[in-house]
Amino acid sequence: MVMGDKGGGTEAQQYVWGGAIPLQIHLHDSEVTTLPPPPPALILAPRIGYLPLLVPQIKPFFSSSLPPGVDTVWFEYRGLPLKWYIPTGVLFDLLCAEPERPWNLTIHFRGYPGNVLTPCEGEDSIKWSFIYALKEAAYIINGNCKNIMNMSQPDQAELWRSVLNGQLEVYLHVSSKLKIYIVGDDFSLKLNSSTSKSNQGVNDLDATGTTMTGRVPVRLYIRSIDEDIDDLEDAPTIGSWEKISYINRPVEVHSEGKCFTLNDALKALLPELFTEASSTDTRISAAEVEGGQRSDGDSSRSPGETGEASRERSRLPSDGAEIKLVRIQGIEPQLEIPFGWVVNNLMNPDHYLHICVYVKVLEPITI
Amino acid sequence: MVVSSDGTLSSTEFCLAAAVFSEQWRKFNSALPQWSWVPSPKRPWISHNKEEGYLSVENVILPELNEEGRRDEDLIEKEECSCAEGDEFIDAAVLIQNDGAGAHHYDFHVVYSASYRVPVLYFRAYCSDGQPLLLDDIEKDLPLNSVEQLTRSRWLFITQEEHPQLNRPWYTLHPCGTSEWMKLLLRDDASAAQVEGIPMDKYLISWFSVVGQVFRLRIPLEMMNLGCT
Repeated sequence: MVMGDKGGGTEAQQYVWGGAIPLQIHLHDSEVTTLPPPPPALILAPRIGYLPLLVPQIKPFFSSSLPPGVDTVWFEYRGLPLKWYIPTGVLFDLLCAEPERPWNLTIHFRGYPGNVLTPCEGEDSIKWSFIYALKEAAYIINGNCKNIMNMSQPDQAELWRSVLNGQLEVYLHVSSKLKIYIVGDDFSLKLNSSTSKSNQGVNDLDATGTTMTGRVPVRLYIRSIDEDIDDLEDAPTIGSWEKISYINRPVEVHSEGKCFTLNDALKALLPELFTEASSTDTRISAAEVEGGQRSDGDSSRSPGETGEASRERSRLPSDGAEIKLVRIQGIEPQLEIPFGWVVNNLMNPDHYLHICVYVKVLEPITI
Repeated sequence: MVVSSDGTLSSTEFCLAAAVFSEQWRKFNSALPQWSWVPSPKRPWISHNKEEGYLSVENVILPELNEEGRRDEDLIEKEECSCAEGDEFIDAAVLIQNDGAGAHHYDFHVVYSASYRVPVLYFRAYCSDGQPLLLDDIEKDLPLNSVEQLTRSRWLFITQEEHPQLNRPWYTLHPCGTSEWMKLLLRDDASAAQVEGIPMDKYLISWFSVVGQVFRLRIPLEMMNLGCT
């Protein structure tokens, strides 16, 4: 959906905020008390939203079929209870290797799996989860979260409403008061000044002292897939969150005379995926990678390193693993894109950049 | 000497501080449940440094409320915990182990937050039969004034979040204010000790002197003194 010029924000931000996933929601069999069972509910879920926020719209479809009891709503995808505090778009990118439209989810109104999911008591829980994330992001960027702590009640309410309703312009207006500015976005500056010689433009800016240093809030979700799967469609269903590695660690951005790319950011987060040698050689390997190796170009692995050597090095997780896919807001960005652009345009309203990475594992990992 | 000046520490420093903390705890609290270092579950491709993990003490039974009620009154003053007023701390070791019926068991984990660059306390509580305790029940276990403090304070409050290493819901003391009060605490300690800051490896001792009090877990004076030398 392309919005009008009045929407505020960059074109990419407008796409992100307008993005939605068609859901087909089924009531879990165990909660169906009527014949025939209720038909599934079709609903459009905003990417930047959270699943429980849809409950008021979904409940009327199923309320007459429910057994007596108190509602404790949760969602499930093929047996996996969905974490409500992960934005819906991220869940979709992570769990649907091959986008499934509509996305078939199961809703439960009873039997909350409290050992797996933190409790969700409606909109308020989600709002606070969002505010905590925003606070953490602010701390990462500014070194304190005073602007969030001191936010007035009306501002806080308006900010949250803008997220609820997907109003980018309102959001930009309120959040600008929070003064959370992520690393300089050289790329967009350059686009404005000179549209032709991109690399030259970045260098010019750097030479004139435009710095790009700082910490960027990133939530990284890593899903590993087996070697024998070439088609993402064949990726097995995830039955447990144990299969997903999650990392919440800021990316330290240091750009000295050279553009810090998405590739650089991933390398900082997953150094061992960017080196084919043992971790003691990281430095050398990193240098090699900087010399032009792409993340997916694992070709420099020397043939002799498999076989005998793999046994004693089986502790090292880097063996034979490579990045298969990087997905942010439903797209697969090229890794050469300046990280500043990616962050400022594709981050969620909580000021976190949520990145899904599929890692292809060539050797089984024994845990 | 590596010191903390802004109240934060790096993950490597956290590992170091954790080792010192559990060692000192063992030395001065030998009769109490001991802290151990739990290496992070192996997560392919992620760990930056091999020592990544967290501190853990499990199956702790909190000291009885009655016994403690009197001493709790000066909790807030003690938060400063500078060495000068150290006398207050002498009989502070109150952690007891018993398996009385209906006892509440607490597991405490200290996990490093890369976002806030501070240690974060995660905990859960359960009855002897394994039934988990809800926050309402937990608050009944805490000294009245720490509950009040938690309610009032914007710096220390309990939320339920996912344990970053275990992927399960745990309670946590929210870390957003930690670096602020650690900065104050370290500054006081530093002025008492006539140095620029305190050694990074003593960081956790100072930190726990505040956080532990929420649960009436006190740091013995001898351990605190170490933090200042």
